[in-house]
Amino acid sequence: MSTWTIVAAVSLGLAAGVLSGMFGVGGGILFVPTLVALGLGQVEAAATSLLAIVPTAATGVIRQRASGNVRLKPALVIGVASILGAEVGVRIAKAVDESLLRRAFGVLLLAVAVQLAIRGARERRRYPDVS
Amino acid sequence: MLVRLALIGLVAGVFSAVFGVGGGILIVPLLIWLAAFPAHAATATSLGAIIVTASAGVALYAARGDVRVGYAALVGLPAVVGAILGTNVQRRLSGGTLTLAFAGLLAAVGVWLLVG
Repeated sequence: MSTWTIVAAVSLGLAAGVLSGMFGVGGGILFVPTLVALGLGQVEAAATSLLAIVPTAATGVIRQRASGNVRLKPALVIGVASILGAEVGVRIAKAVDESLLRRAFGVLLLAVAVQLAIRGARERRRYPDVS
Repeated sequence: MLVRLALIGLVAGVFSAVFGVGGGILIVPLLIWLAAFPAHAATATSLGAIIVTASAGVALYAARGDVRVGYAALVGLPAVVGAILGTNVQRRLSGGTLTLAFAGLLAAVGVWLLVG
């Protein structure tokens, strides 16, 4: 791996973290394409992204706990139910063609981008002086 | 309420494992619409659920040999630093411009995945 590849990967990791802290997501939306760009297959990238998400989300929870926004019981119910879903999801990912998964992820990114653009435009209209 | 939360978890689990994301994209709006959570509580609670969801996905994929630990550290460790910066940004400014910048970044990456 060249120095530039490492610098790019670290920068995108940092950006994924900022995105995570700002919007309460795990950062996977940027981890997966970064890992694909590094040469991993789509399934490998998804699996590896999930591992990178754990410390990122944990940091977010620790930072937000002080504000009392984390509701532990609902988080646990959702988390435990999701284990069953994850088993199904892994089977789907292993069965489907990787290039199809990659395109589906591209569409997902565009959908999230549109959602963020609407939100950003609204915030700018509301607080024109700050930004 | 319990059934609704469990349903949110099931859907988010499938989505998370297929795409390798935490599932917050789905969990946050579903908590607001189906469980009447305020936005800030939905965001924070979603992060808590994601820890469990992502860990389950990692365990299932690791059993099949798909997890690359070195690569996870390469993007995951900078992301921890980024997450701390991100929460500060959220507190200090409206972030409208930054949100638009992220929308642009995601759109560009999405197009690259579609045509690349």
